[in-house]
Amino acid sequence: MFSRQFEYLAPTSLDDALSALASTPGAKIMSGGQSLIPLMKLRLFSPGTVVDIGRIDGLGDIVERDDHISIGALVRHNQTASDPLVAEHATALGQAAAWTGDHQVRNRGTTCGAMAHADIAADQPAAAIALGATMVARSSSGEREIPAQEFFVDALTSALSDDEILVELRVPTSTNGSTSAYDKLGRRGGHTDYAVAGVAVWVQVTDGSVSDARIGVTGVGTRPSLAEAAASALIGTDGNDEAITDAAALVTDGITVIEDLYGSVEYKTHLAKVFTERALRQALAG
Amino acid sequence: MTANVIGKAIRRKEDPALIQGKGLYTDDMKMAGMLHAAFVRSPFGKARILGIDASRATELEGVHAVYTAEDVRQLGPLLAQVAIGALRPLLADGTVNHVGEAVAMVVATDRYVAQDAVDAVDVDYEPLEAVVDLEDAASDRTIANDTNASNVIHVWEVGDADAVAAARATDGAVEVSVKMINQRLIPTAIEPRSALADYNGGYGNMTLYSSSQIPHAVAGALGKTFGLSSNNVRVIAPEVGGGFGAKLNYYSEEALVTFASRELGSPVKWTETRREASVATIHGRGWVGTATIVGTGEGKILAYELDALSDMGAYTQNFTVAIPLLGQYVAPGQYDIPIHWKVQCVATNAPTTDAYRGAGRPEAIFYLERAIDAFAREIGMDPADVRKRNFFEEFPATTAAGMLMDSGDYGANLDKLLELADYQGLRRKQEEARAEGRTIGIGLSTYVEVCGFGPSALAEGGFSWASYGLPAAFNGSGLVRVNPDGTATVMIGTGPSGQGHETTWAQIVSEALGIAVEDIQVRHGDTRDSPMGIGTFGSRSLAVDGSATSQAAEKVREKAARVAAHMMEASPDDIEFADGGAHVTGSPDKTVTWAEIAEVAYQPHRLPDGMEGGMEANAVFSPANATWPFGSHLAVVDVDTTTGDVTLLEYFAMDDCGNVINPMIVDGQVHGGLAQGISQALFEHAIFDEDGNLLTGSLLDYPIPTAGDLPSFTLDRTTTPTDVNPMGVKGIGEAGTIGSAQTVLNAVIDAVAHLGVTHIDMPLRPKRVWQAIHGNGA
Repeated sequence: MFSRQFEYLAPTSLDDALSALASTPGAKIMSGGQSLIPLMKLRLFSPGTVVDIGRIDGLGDIVERDDHISIGALVRHNQTASDPLVAEHATALGQAAAWTGDHQVRNRGTTCGAMAHADIAADQPAAAIALGATMVARSSSGEREIPAQEFFVDALTSALSDDEILVELRVPTSTNGSTSAYDKLGRRGGHTDYAVAGVAVWVQVTDGSVSDARIGVTGVGTRPSLAEAAASALIGTDGNDEAITDAAALVTDGITVIEDLYGSVEYKTHLAKVFTERALRQALAG
Repeated sequence: MTANVIGKAIRRKEDPALIQGKGLYTDDMKMAGMLHAAFVRSPFGKARILGIDASRATELEGVHAVYTAEDVRQLGPLLAQVAIGALRPLLADGTVNHVGEAVAMVVATDRYVAQDAVDAVDVDYEPLEAVVDLEDAASDRTIANDTNASNVIHVWEVGDADAVAAARATDGAVEVSVKMINQRLIPTAIEPRSALADYNGGYGNMTLYSSSQIPHAVAGALGKTFGLSSNNVRVIAPEVGGGFGAKLNYYSEEALVTFASRELGSPVKWTETRREASVATIHGRGWVGTATIVGTGEGKILAYELDALSDMGAYTQNFTVAIPLLGQYVAPGQYDIPIHWKVQCVATNAPTTDAYRGAGRPEAIFYLERAIDAFAREIGMDPADVRKRNFFEEFPATTAAGMLMDSGDYGANLDKLLELADYQGLRRKQEEARAEGRTIGIGLSTYVEVCGFGPSALAEGGFSWASYGLPAAFNGSGLVRVNPDGTATVMIGTGPSGQGHETTWAQIVSEALGIAVEDIQVRHGDTRDSPMGIGTFGSRSLAVDGSATSQAAEKVREKAARVAAHMMEASPDDIEFADGGAHVTGSPDKTVTWAEIAEVAYQPHRLPDGMEGGMEANAVFSPANATWPFGSHLAVVDVDTTTGDVTLLEYFAMDDCGNVINPMIVDGQVHGGLAQGISQALFEHAIFDEDGNLLTGSLLDYPIPTAGDLPSFTLDRTTTPTDVNPMGVKGIGEAGTIGSAQTVLNAVIDAVAHLGVTHIDMPLRPKRVWQAIHGNGA
């Protein structure tokens, strides 16, 4: 790692971290460092100051609170992947976390860090969108909540301001009849590596028909995004194969699909449909 | 009774240090006053250098020097054994010819400052048109490197074009041609290259630590570059974390840190970054060609033809141009068939290619075995039966490439593979799966390898070490010494990078002398201590240097038998070695230990009259021929036709490397070889844009195989010893790679052929498989 020179701060309280962030122009938050450090190492990104929040107590837990489960800023991918609350209330997120990076990355990198990094092909943002999660951003001047679907602004760009830390991810607790699932094709094939295309779905089934649904798509466009038309098409149906196929056909509506080394626009559009179908079948079977 | 340690799966002596993180690699070496080098590298595929302004860099605190071509031109270009085509200047001189070419070297007090200084060197480039595509380059529309008159710098051709024409004219002949790409790959050792030079002006000595497979050869080459004698150059390759052929070059960075150390009077170290490794170290493969089989409807192959281009990159390095020749040696594979085989060596604006695990042989076998599979499909015959129909059956056999293969038993090997895999059962399962809507494919390949380099006569056929200042001939040596305490030290001139020589060589010596494996230390990699040897590559170390060591051990044993006989008042013919000492045949209680033998040996007055003191011997071995390992592989894949995703379900390998010293180490070599061949089939591809920019320059975009990507392999062996060396061993380092890429590809084609797919170029990324299936309107 031959980064440019930078200042390194390791505050032990959130307030200290926030004030460091507020008073240091160009400072960057680091949690697990699995995205930030490679960028710094390649000198593609050279912040003047790194504020390491890894030594702050109280940010590493997953807890159930009121109408949601809360995932703290320092919760590691492997923790998200194996947590029983996540498995119960946010199946899609747990699945996405399990397919993030490799074991070393999952032991070190954090779910909130992956959100804040906002990679166009990251898995967990799709799940956060489908689950209707809320991002809790705090600065020295207060706290605000950002809906997941508004959080991912562009490639590697989130809705966080320079002085904000993503302190918590809130996922609504599941109710009777709500289920979620995530499926993807990874760049190495199977579920391994970043998503060539990944789709998370959340469905609420009431009296045998789909009363609500949300679909989050990653890997295919310039940001993880909500597939509104597809979800709308599914609502009101009984979720049979035909309804699933019809809904999946709309999954890239409103999304500008981009070509990269891993697929053409045509292929990625096709994959988004395939994984919408597969994720919906899985969720509706559950 | 002999020690009986050959053939045992003894745990590697190397591993305790390595798995504790205590092995010492070049980058672990630290010296007082050590400086760090870093390189300014070309961002263009081809450009004229209009000017280099290093003033901002030299003003930085901690920067000691910035060197350009002006400073090192007198050292000449990088040496190459087969010096056909443009040689690489140590630093770009006037033009750059590929992305990543070194333009300037910065030397600074630490690596971070060095990198800051690299960023501060301003190079004024005039970009020129680059050519990367092989067929485009072969047309000479754009010349890649202006030193060459044509991009086609050499042609390798063997066989008989008339025989192919005659086959075509045969009544009822079936002809199948497949145009295929064997893509460019980036050899990726876990340890990147690293070099640390320490010139001591007082002694006039140069010491170079380097992550190299060829320490003696690097020492010879440094001697030539800097005008130093063997006594004044010492090269040490400490632990080396993988090489795969990529560390079988004398590199410009090795010469340049040596130059800087001499200039500055301080040790200078350079360690490649991972991103730098993808453009500064040699690449492998990079062929495009059409393979044709002409045969009868009953599966008899009447002729095989290959017409291919091979990518040399921008500059010729060590064996660059000779790599296709290694393919030519095995062009007909296991088959007694006429061939016409032609490969044109083509320069492009990309990093140099050279030996990468298998080196020419995986390419040659890939084209042959893919074409045979396509032919079998065309005539509707089982691909195993077509292969059997055309095998060489009698040995020694002279092939259509003019090579003499001493031994083989191809039919038995393939039969054993088919039995191991339950081939007929797999075919039934394939049918059943298809009925359930799953798309399973079964792929086969056989291979023959030429290795164990080798016969010194090869030096006259293009393979020589003369340009690095070594004797032209290939040979190997081993020195075995029994120490006064009865332990043994073995010194060898190989350059292992993970192959387990310390264990295997200890087994060889233990077998001969009866000294326990744990009491034998094997030293390698330091040219000051070790006897002459040209290094570890081409699956040669055991067959050549190992054979020498076994002969040296035999000499020690003979002498020790005379000493022991003298001590026990017996005949040397009645002395046997086992359990750490010698005893008289039939009198197991009449014993002397090795320590007792050594005690006498190192006190000449206690030896028999006329016997020289000491207990050591050296041997040099030069085999009469290369060795010819062979084998057959089978893969089972599942293709998700909806996404194009390929899952490798099972892999069976039946290799024949002759006699086996340590089966665990042999299995490990096969595992690694398979991983790299399978990875070529499924994952790896060095992709350039048309300007010569590498689009897969980091491990984010260039996937190397991990255990998680692969199934558990099912391995077995047949054993057909060779008589070209005393141990009957052939070599196993490359076999797995040579046999595997086309096996996986054949399996995928087998899975999707019913959808109208006849070929898919590697790597079989899901997008390509999907495109092949759906592009056909299926």
